[in-house]
Amino acid sequence: MSLEAEIGVFVAGVLHYFGTTVQQVAQCGTPHLALSERPETGDYTGVIQVSGKRSGLVAFTAPKSMLSVMLMRMQETDMSHENLCDLVGEIANTLSGNARRDFGHQFQISVPAVLTGRGGQLDYPQETHAMVIPIAWRNYNARLIVCLN
Amino acid sequence: MQAPAHRLLIVDDSNVIRRRIERANDLPEIQFVGAARNGVEALSLHAELKPTLVTMDLTMPEMDGGECVAQLVARDPEILILVISALADKLTAIEALERGASGFLCKPFTDLQLNEALRKLIGGSAQALAAGAAR
Repeated sequence: MSLEAEIGVFVAGVLHYFGTTVQQVAQCGTPHLALSERPETGDYTGVIQVSGKRSGLVAFTAPKSMLSVMLMRMQETDMSHENLCDLVGEIANTLSGNARRDFGHQFQISVPAVLTGRGGQLDYPQETHAMVIPIAWRNYNARLIVCLN
Repeated sequence: MQAPAHRLLIVDDSNVIRRRIERANDLPEIQFVGAARNGVEALSLHAELKPTLVTMDLTMPEMDGGECVAQLVARDPEILILVISALADKLTAIEALERGASGFLCKPFTDLQLNEALRKLIGGSAQALAAGAAR
């Protein structure tokens, strides 16, 4: 699969996720490679380790305010730190799990790990570059970071 | 008033998803009886709560959903299991069905899609019961 096609898989996944789960469309900006420096994380980041036919990670990072509004849209009343962590992990899990439709059964994914705190950095091999897909939803900005060798 | 025909156990490592499935269920035939965070908890709760219907995630810590489906069906061949997973490839769905699941719903899902899947599952079970009684 070409890089363009791979990006298309994740962009389609993001659009489908927002349209289905919070029933409001999101928009994806122009994807770009993080060449000079590693992409920084937002308030909450869900990270899925990928192994098998491909290896690397898929991470979804978002501000607290965005995740809180997403929970509200899902009729959830518990906006605790635990539930925000849960949601960001679940989003990362869903976007990477859905990618198996195109990447195949050998695209093995881990259970999510969650990082909290703005300005952190993701841990991935130095020789690989992460693809950053900007996501705009309502007035919020999140990012999907895909780093696969 | 007639008691609900099905006792629902929700198995998912995400609290947000567990609560969402519980809230979204609007079928009077289905009564929520409990929730588990992984396969090990699900097996323990199965012994205690005797669910007739289970929604099951696949990617979970401790014991994954595939193994749990197989163990639940070994305990109770009549149990109805709807696998609800983000793993969207066909082989995953086929494997879940081969292990004894009765249906597969891909995440993300709407409330409507969840209720449709549950309705189909228990409708199918009612048809099977009717067919069994007629034999």
